[in-house]
Amino acid sequence: MGLRTDYLREVKAFQPSPPYAANAAKAFLAGGALCALAQWLAEWHGRLVVASPLAAQLWAAAVMAGLAIALTAVGKYDDFSQFAGAGATMLITGLANALASAAIEHRSEGWTAGVAGQMLKVGGAAIIYGIIAAYALGLCWLWL
Amino acid sequence: MRRTGKQTWVFDEGVYIQAAAAAVGPLEADGPLGRYFDVCHRDLYCGEKTWELAERRLMREAVAHCLQKAGVSAEEVDLFLAGDLLNQSATSNYVARELPIPFLCLFGACSTSMQTLAAAAALVAGGLADRALVATSSHNATAERQFRYPTELGVQKPKTATFTVTGAGAALVGRTPGRWRLRAATIGKVIDAGLKNPLDMGAAMAPAAADTIEQHFRDLGTSPDDYDLIVTGDLSRVGSVIARELLAEAGFDVSDVYNDCGLMIYRPDQDVFAGGSGCACSAVVTYGYLLKTLSEGTFRRLLVVATGALLSQTMVQQKQSIPAIAHGVVIEAAEPEPHSSP
Repeated sequence: MGLRTDYLREVKAFQPSPPYAANAAKAFLAGGALCALAQWLAEWHGRLVVASPLAAQLWAAAVMAGLAIALTAVGKYDDFSQFAGAGATMLITGLANALASAAIEHRSEGWTAGVAGQMLKVGGAAIIYGIIAAYALGLCWLWL
Repeated sequence: MRRTGKQTWVFDEGVYIQAAAAAVGPLEADGPLGRYFDVCHRDLYCGEKTWELAERRLMREAVAHCLQKAGVSAEEVDLFLAGDLLNQSATSNYVARELPIPFLCLFGACSTSMQTLAAAAALVAGGLADRALVATSSHNATAERQFRYPTELGVQKPKTATFTVTGAGAALVGRTPGRWRLRAATIGKVIDAGLKNPLDMGAAMAPAAADTIEQHFRDLGTSPDDYDLIVTGDLSRVGSVIARELLAEAGFDVSDVYNDCGLMIYRPDQDVFAGGSGCACSAVVTYGYLLKTLSEGTFRRLLVVATGALLSQTMVQQKQSIPAIAHGVVIEAAEPEPHSSP
């Protein structure tokens, strides 16, 4: 037995495994905190400005997205994601970061081919499947 | 010049590194080898508008410092060999555009540093060039955006991931005696161990490194004891342990003389996951630091094995495994030359 006899199997002993429990705990706490913040924003806004609960939720989502874009622009969102893992993909913040990071990255290739052309490079898949899922669920709701 | 065994070239006629230089980015300058580099930049843009231009500037500066140290003008160099990680080797081609030197562009991913050095030594030894200039570069942000994701995208990287070194190294190879003599080079084979994870390239490259080192020992009839230091390019924390184990299984215990450039260039607390990688990793450590250990007499003979993961994003997306390669060059301290400076 050894690396030379079955590399793909034996090499696993040398590859550090991800700290699953710690990662899950961090994702739970960070993602939960983000959701709590968004919920608080929605209700706080609802109390200050007279608006329908739905409008308040949309406003909170926009604020969260703006926050994620701002953190991306100052280069902090990726640090947060390294800590939070899946927790950082919660809500709209993950999508906002995906679009903003690609747009910033490709600014050097100009506004059309770079920023606009590449903005959906990473987030595009989430948007496409999001729309398909929403459409499918909408049809289900219609039929039921 | 002759071939020994299957894969090793021996340079009996004197072939020397006459000068070498390294330019690096901020994190590398802040690392344990920071004081050995010729040019240290404070930010990743290196005073340029884009990251690609920054990488080009690093290679241009490494080349300029190298020629200046050698006291040789670009017109006096017969051949320029360079390569980098960008598509179409953009950095090397654009730097070569500014030089009045015949140019061969080489690609060996992160093995390019020793690939170009070995080729230059052979061409000089064979009399096809009196002086040959070699250079290679990588940049953390250009590599991230070409091979991975936008730099600011929030993705959680595993501990096995490596961190691309921002920097460039250059060396001038010639027949005129200098401080460092090139003794031999072992050209590696492409080895594919079947790994598919681009965030664990150390494990993908370790079998190629071990294969080249083992072949080197067998071709020359040497053992680890014949070297003061055997250093791999960018296997990092994960791959270096695997390479050492693979060599131990083949009956070569390198543990007393082995290190990895990816572990030498950063401090453990610099948040670089498993360690440094990229073309510049072995280049700046070798041309910036290791040559000085030879000229200061700390070491007499080094085997530098630059390791390259021949990664293609398209192939990885098509579920293909990652081939790897490693090339080794033996560098020795030559008799001190009073007129030359390191």
